[in-house]
Amino acid sequence: MSTKILSKSEGFYDVYDRRPGTDKDTTHYCPGCGHGILHKLIAEALTDFGVKDNAIIISPVGCSVFAYYYFSAGNLQAAHGRAPAVATGVKRSLPESIVISYQGDGDLAAIGGNEILHAANRGEAISVFFVNNAIYGMTGGQMAPTTLIGQKTTTTPYGRTVANEGYPIKMSEIIASLTAPVYVERVMMADTKSISNTRRAVRKAIKNQVEKKGFSFVEVLSTCPTGWKMTAPQAEEWIKTTLAQHFPLGVLKDISGDVEPLNLDHHLLPTDRIGKAINLPEADADQPKFVIPDTVNEEIKISGFGGQGVLSLGVWLSEFGMREGLNVSWIPSYGPEMRGGTAHCHVKLANRPIGSPLVVHPTILVATNRPSLEKFEKEVIPGGKIFWDNSLMDITPSRTDIIRYPVPATEIANQLGNTKTANVVMLGVITGVSEFLDENIVRRTLPQIFKKKHLLDINMQAFNKGLEVAASLKRIA
Amino acid sequence: MERQLIKGNEAIVKGAILAGCRAYYGYPITPASEIAQAAALYMPLVGGTFLQAESEIAAINMVYGASGTGQRVMTASSSPGISLKQEGISYIAGAELPCVIVDVMRGGPGLGNIAPEQSDYHQMVKGGGHGNYKNIVLAPNSAQEMCDLTMLAFELSDKYRNPAVVLADGFIGQMMEPVVFPKPVTEFPEKKWAIRGTVGDKRNLISSIELDPDDLERHNRKLQQKYAIISQTEVRFQEYELEDAEYILVAFGIVSRLVQSAVDTLREDGVKVGMLRPITLMPFPTLPIEKYAANERVKFFSVFELNNGQMVEDVRLAVNGKKPVKFYGRMGGNVPTIQELVDQVKKQMREL
Repeated sequence: MSTKILSKSEGFYDVYDRRPGTDKDTTHYCPGCGHGILHKLIAEALTDFGVKDNAIIISPVGCSVFAYYYFSAGNLQAAHGRAPAVATGVKRSLPESIVISYQGDGDLAAIGGNEILHAANRGEAISVFFVNNAIYGMTGGQMAPTTLIGQKTTTTPYGRTVANEGYPIKMSEIIASLTAPVYVERVMMADTKSISNTRRAVRKAIKNQVEKKGFSFVEVLSTCPTGWKMTAPQAEEWIKTTLAQHFPLGVLKDISGDVEPLNLDHHLLPTDRIGKAINLPEADADQPKFVIPDTVNEEIKISGFGGQGVLSLGVWLSEFGMREGLNVSWIPSYGPEMRGGTAHCHVKLANRPIGSPLVVHPTILVATNRPSLEKFEKEVIPGGKIFWDNSLMDITPSRTDIIRYPVPATEIANQLGNTKTANVVMLGVITGVSEFLDENIVRRTLPQIFKKKHLLDINMQAFNKGLEVAASLKRIA
Repeated sequence: MERQLIKGNEAIVKGAILAGCRAYYGYPITPASEIAQAAALYMPLVGGTFLQAESEIAAINMVYGASGTGQRVMTASSSPGISLKQEGISYIAGAELPCVIVDVMRGGPGLGNIAPEQSDYHQMVKGGGHGNYKNIVLAPNSAQEMCDLTMLAFELSDKYRNPAVVLADGFIGQMMEPVVFPKPVTEFPEKKWAIRGTVGDKRNLISSIELDPDDLERHNRKLQQKYAIISQTEVRFQEYELEDAEYILVAFGIVSRLVQSAVDTLREDGVKVGMLRPITLMPFPTLPIEKYAANERVKFFSVFELNNGQMVEDVRLAVNGKKPVKFYGRMGGNVPTIQELVDQVKKQMREL
């Protein structure tokens, strides 16, 4: 038998040269299958709306996996069920293109249930064509989520039962229940009249995208004579008498006339403005002069309750050290270390490169609660410094081979009117008694940490109080 | 150049944007969530896309779609999330699409915990999904490298049309260090294969299907050829105190920082020890290890990992029986102390 093709839509390739074998003119679909007709309706619509050159087709896994043999468009072939996610990535990158996500019932309603639901819920500005023929075609006639009760398939040889497989899923009804989709309709392809109606629905779904209206979804009840073990006329009849009775036809939702076109434009920032946009540092023209030794090798552990600002204090020390040209690292208590309810961080500051960022034997321990002092006191190196908030605990370090700095940080902070400044009081004390921190660097940097003036003022007071405490402690020492 | 004190996870996003990445698709998971958060913060400001996907699977397939249009795109996750992404990564490798995938590894198997492990070495370096494919895998050990290797990942990924992985761990992600950020990349490779919705690219197809066995074998051979070229040209590694080393410690990622300190400590005790750190895990620095294995001075290799012994297999293949290859690993999120590493090396020396 020879076939003469009178005309082919410009939305199709002239010759299907991706199709294996010698036949490059016809599709791979079985006789009587609905896919070819739906392909043709889509190709025609893309041509008629003048968008065939901007169209991108996402083909699924299933019988229409080879849609890219036919559509003269950009073609992406997706993993099973993932076409709406792939379409999302494409459309977000190319908002001006017309993105068609084409899926069967196993692909969309079973393995890809999550992807279609969320693409619809986000209102991705794409057109989805959902071919429902109540069976898995490509894999050999297995049950689909849309297979009817009692319908025999290769995996429901005794017929689908409610008890074992549940009810056929009505995807259009589910999609239509979401707020974002602008157009949801179920149609069938069973005769000339219903195909003509499907043509109208296909065109509407594509036109909606051309007009940037949002997410459109057309479910098409379609024939699978092979899977159903019927002749083509029997299959058409079965759609009308049976399938369409379980999946009611009609518009389930249409707000496309009521919505404004979406603004999908990207405004790419010019290269010279990227640094500022992503908050890259600018050179500090007023970098103050500072003096620190060239033998810095501090390993600092700061520990206390969450909310006492111990992690921030560590970050600040690292920031100052960096501005002094030191190598620094900061790492918060993490993983199993977090057992015990105290938050702490490890800070290293050194002239030489830093290997491990973890502090095992601190040169400095800052403890702002009792458990921290009890836990970490023994780790401090002989000759190391321990700063502790003596307004919050009634114990003192028991070791005599360390330098002791009792600091009533919380008490001073409360006197200043803000408990949260206790860590800045502690910072002042550390700055005052340590050679690796230059007061000028700290003073220059604090305004960049506390950008609001009232916060800066009170924290500067806290810092100065800390320096006073340091001076008195040094006198005692 | 100005330095910025920054978390490794955030440095990744800034590096990605400087490399021209303008699309991020991801799903939240500890300890990688800061990457998504930073991308959500910065992508809109540079005119890019940030989308929190409904699942790891959806995210990697969005990456597939965006990459198909020629855009530089990334995703990030942590171990359990990466397991979910493997399907998509296989398709991306099969379709030869470039993209960058960040894996901030955590403890497993299963839900495991959120503490640092390196137990994704196998699933990232050896493939992970189905099929004869490999990822390019880069292993940073500092916040600076989180930026630099992310940028390099985009470059290599485009160059070879292959997924590139930044394999980090919870430690490097959380750690703050000074980073010097380079200038934004302004020149990008032409992508004639991309689909841009224009007449010029209508013949283009992004797909991983090859029905004919001969065609699929040809495609696979082409992929293997690509991996061979990558192995010849893109190996990167760091040598630390190896000039006179008799004992060579091998470690990647955060463990290399610990091992570096252990080397310093052992050197103070007069032990001639050094470290070889693979920066690229695929391609693996096989030749440099072979070279040291052939050196009479070298007495053994010792591999340290936060897993059950994964990279050690590649070290053994490279050493090929010429020298003993020792292994010491911690799991569950436990990180060895420097002293622990020092003691291990000394124990291994005694056992020799």
